[in-house]
Amino acid sequence: MPVVTWLKRRLVVIAGLITLGYLLLPNIVVTVFSFNQPKGRFNYEWQQFSTAAWQDPCGVSGLCGSLSISLQIALWATIGATVLGSMIAFALVRYRFRARGAVNSMIFLPMAMPEVVMAASLLTLFLNLGAQLGFWTILIAHIMFCLSFVVVAVKARVMSMDPRLEEAARDLYAGPVQTFLRVTLPIAAPGIAAGALLAFALSFDDFIITNFNAGSTVTFPMFVWGSAQRGTPVQINVIGTAMFLVAVLLVLTAMVISNRRTKRKA
Amino acid sequence: MSTLTEAPPPLTPAAPAKKPPRRRGRWTPYWLLLPGLLWLVVFFALPMIYQASTSVQTGSLEQGYKVTWHFATYWNALGDYWPQALRSVLYAAAATILCLLLGYPLAYLIAFRAGRWRNLIMILVIAPFFTSFLIRTLAWKTILADGGPVVGALNTLHVLDVTDWLGWTAGDRVLATPLAVVCGLTYNFLPFMILPLYTSLERIDGRLHEAAGDLYARPSTTFRKVTFPLSMPGVVSGTLLTFIPASGDYVNAELLGSTDTRMIGNVIQTQFLRVLDYPTAAALSFILMAAILLMVTFYIRRSGTEDLV
Repeated sequence: MPVVTWLKRRLVVIAGLITLGYLLLPNIVVTVFSFNQPKGRFNYEWQQFSTAAWQDPCGVSGLCGSLSISLQIALWATIGATVLGSMIAFALVRYRFRARGAVNSMIFLPMAMPEVVMAASLLTLFLNLGAQLGFWTILIAHIMFCLSFVVVAVKARVMSMDPRLEEAARDLYAGPVQTFLRVTLPIAAPGIAAGALLAFALSFDDFIITNFNAGSTVTFPMFVWGSAQRGTPVQINVIGTAMFLVAVLLVLTAMVISNRRTKRKA
Repeated sequence: MSTLTEAPPPLTPAAPAKKPPRRRGRWTPYWLLLPGLLWLVVFFALPMIYQASTSVQTGSLEQGYKVTWHFATYWNALGDYWPQALRSVLYAAAATILCLLLGYPLAYLIAFRAGRWRNLIMILVIAPFFTSFLIRTLAWKTILADGGPVVGALNTLHVLDVTDWLGWTAGDRVLATPLAVVCGLTYNFLPFMILPLYTSLERIDGRLHEAAGDLYARPSTTFRKVTFPLSMPGVVSGTLLTFIPASGDYVNAELLGSTDTRMIGNVIQTQFLRVLDYPTAAALSFILMAAILLMVTFYIRRSGTEDLV
């Protein structure tokens, strides 16, 4: 009986950990296979331990070029989407205006649309306008689908802000610009940062919309897609593993720092 | 990251929506909205209109297309590709249900049982996002490889016999079968289920559980009558966030499936980028959009737009 009760009490924990394993298993495989030395063109079967790919991550032609294009697009898309999205978020929370419902739907719809629909329809627009597909069309598309996510992130933060802080600033004779720069913006910063981070991640990893509107420009996800057809170099796994490690390390550092700060305050 | 999820409506129905204060500068909100909304109108709404127009055009690549209100494209497209459309719905629904079954315990674990491990588990749920999803999906090719440990274990347990009989797998293979595609879809969209579920579970007042226990409810009854109903907003947004992208996905069907597992997304992609039959592709894309919009409208009617954004 105690064993059964013990198991019953931990059923949720066990089930949850199984799910966590399911989520992390591919990352483990990606990491392990970054040390593989495959026979043939595809890196799907384990052969032999090797650190060759780690010593030469750019050894495959086109890989690091595509990475650099992806980083540039992600950077500009983040800046564009964060500026436009934050402005919308402030307007939604801080002001009254007509057609609020329409504005809300306009922001919600891109998040509720399958990517392939947005991708296909945007391509029909570009084809009809005779636009040259490439860096700029990808950037336009990325700003479009990242915008809504920024609005949601920033809106959540601005909504929890006390409007009386801004009123207090104005009572103390701060002008609108000064109030915004010295009070509103610093408080909203975490929301804006969260939105920007999300936009960066979404843009960097986007494949479906990019694939439709890229022309002959090759981003990193498109390089991976192409290599799935032609042969997967180990270097792909190296980049994937490195990105995972950098992200986890960054988040852990941020956590440790914020933990120390709260301890110091207490 | 939890901001990705749509905020569930407040638990207390009494709280009226706070009206934003009116300020000087009547035109300020419009100036703030203008650039972003213009971007969305030009690059999101306008393309939809172009797409609708393309879907009723006829012609050829060489001679150009003209609007001829040729609605037969829709019938032909549905007639030719109804198996892929049906498959999309089935696979997406299966993946959504699996995501809910797998995701709920983990969200529950993070919200109530993780203690000091909460942040770490949260990071582990989000961190895979930073490795390109295509690389992670390709990893499933290794995991489900023919004769690999997973397939071997399923074979020993005679699971494959059952799934073979159901038509989910073929013989000793898992790769290139519906099971592999659903498995990939479930994996790819699981975080979109977990995060909204976690957000709504975390808001539940722990004292409600205690109260249920004090009133002699067994843990299972507490879950059924208290926890689950209160987590409904998370279930609703989680299902939407999983089903919508899964139904339009073509990456999993392409990488993990075969020609017998092609979904509507694959057809749209091939017609658009390889066959260059724009009217058919546009018509299919339009049908997918209409189906999703109908579903979303149904949900919005129930929960209100303000809560969803």
